[in-house]
Amino acid sequence: MINEQAELRKAASVPPRTYWNRKRRETLAGWLFIAPEALGMLLLAVFPLGFSLFLSLTEWNLIGGLSAINYIGLDNFIELFRDNLFLRALKNNLLFALGTVPITMLLGVIMAGLIHKKLYAKSYFKVAFFVPYICSTVAVAAVWSALYHPSKGPLNQFLIQLGLSDPPRWLVDTSFSLIAIMIIYIWQLMGYQIIIFLAGMTNIPDELYEAARIDGANGTQQFRLITLPLLAPTTFFLAITSTISSFKVFDMIKFLTNGGPVHSSTVIVYQIYEEGFKNFRMGYASAMSWMLFLLILLVTSITWMSQSKKVHA
Amino acid sequence: MKKVQVSNLLLTLLFAALSLFFLLPLFWMLSAASKTELDVWTFPIQWIPEQWNFIQNFKAVWMGDVSFSLFYLNSLKISILSTIGTILVCSMAGYALAKLNFKGKGLIFSLMMAFMMIPEQATLVPRYIMIKEMGLYDTHTSLILLGLFSSYFTFLLRQFMLGIHSDMLEAAELDGAGFIRVFWSVVLPLSQPILATVGIIKFIWTWNDYQGPLIFLYSNNLFTIPLGMQFFKEEFGTRISVMMMASLSAIVPLLILFLLLQKKVINGIAIGGVKG
Repeated sequence: MINEQAELRKAASVPPRTYWNRKRRETLAGWLFIAPEALGMLLLAVFPLGFSLFLSLTEWNLIGGLSAINYIGLDNFIELFRDNLFLRALKNNLLFALGTVPITMLLGVIMAGLIHKKLYAKSYFKVAFFVPYICSTVAVAAVWSALYHPSKGPLNQFLIQLGLSDPPRWLVDTSFSLIAIMIIYIWQLMGYQIIIFLAGMTNIPDELYEAARIDGANGTQQFRLITLPLLAPTTFFLAITSTISSFKVFDMIKFLTNGGPVHSSTVIVYQIYEEGFKNFRMGYASAMSWMLFLLILLVTSITWMSQSKKVHA
Repeated sequence: MKKVQVSNLLLTLLFAALSLFFLLPLFWMLSAASKTELDVWTFPIQWIPEQWNFIQNFKAVWMGDVSFSLFYLNSLKISILSTIGTILVCSMAGYALAKLNFKGKGLIFSLMMAFMMIPEQATLVPRYIMIKEMGLYDTHTSLILLGLFSSYFTFLLRQFMLGIHSDMLEAAELDGAGFIRVFWSVVLPLSQPILATVGIIKFIWTWNDYQGPLIFLYSNNLFTIPLGMQFFKEEFGTRISVMMMASLSAIVPLLILFLLLQKKVINGIAIGGVKG
């Protein structure tokens, strides 16, 4: 109705601009307004994705120039599955996801539930737990690397005082380096999980809780029977995005361990960095990039399929 | 009823203690940045330094041979320019997607949502090659250019702009305003809340970005703060008090910005999570 009236008024007051004329101008304007973003995406996301698929089928050392590109078919992908470093990185990525995603989600949902229903000074808690998330990863990694110092660091001094005679050497220990990085990662991500869960909880209508209270449900029962089921879409979203982000972990590893000691903390993105930007093996690095992309697609579709039935309920 | 409140109060106190414990690494950083190198490692931890060394550490970081102030200026420049650029590019696209009707809009929108799936890391190699071929390797322009486009921010802006009443835009058109005028003097001012949210989140991300500068910058004098931290680690890795001062310097500006605009940041993160 309003649109029609506006159109009529427009037709009456601005005679030269006919309806058809306006439609064409609007199409033109639409394309012009969207052009920068669309071109940018095309040039910096779509084209590179195709280009890296092409590169993954070649052997190319950047230093040789464009003429040195050598088509080798699927050799890079075959090599990947024989490359112990890549397999180690893949395994570490899976361990990293398993070691960080469930625990941050579990702690996140419990903390968010308490902040939402039980605690006073909600905004203080939101801010306090969120602070690490906005801090520069590199800057907090530097702090943790001091805390982790094997002999002088406060963490191990504390563990020794507790009676532990031989505490882990954390970042310089082949069996603890990945765990040490996971702890920092969990610490930084907690606040994000709390904020997203809280946002999801705020959307649940209060009447449901009141009805449950009248029926005699206690806090824990309300949490289990109302909050958790209605939070399913949020949980689903977080499960996918947190898993994907954990696959992309790089900053801490580059800054703290360079994948070491003895490759014990290497991950796929770190291997892409090593092969592509240290050894300049562009083809091989592109093949790894595509494996990462496929892995992310796989995880997303598995989560999507396994959850879609439950979430829509 | 009263009993419940007491238990909640106790729980709140418990959590207050827990939150302080959670932030302990940051307090340790502040404390270590304020004392002499020798006192950094004393155990039990000297939370309040016996011998203050804050000024000397500050000088070592800000006025030493490797100047943190240059890294600061570089980070400020890149963060400000790419934030302004992103806001402009993405709000233009958001306006077209929310308020203009044109052929191909639906297709572009679905493609953009699909592009969100492409991880930045998967296209690192080709983007590096392209930037090299364009002659932009080792320039700030490369980082600003690469940071301009975001389907995520475009989506957030579109969602907000869908809520602007079309009557207002039509009224402006009746007054003779073209699409550019409508965008600039009606849509943008009305979108101020979401522009602020997008702006601050983009600023934080760019300020903290480590991977981008690591790959696209080479010269020390172009380094941003996170790269500067890496540089510091190699130079002063063993002088923890100085390192902690550098960490503190990297974190404080964002912390202040965050505390001032906490609602905007937290809501921005939350809408991304709930709707995205």
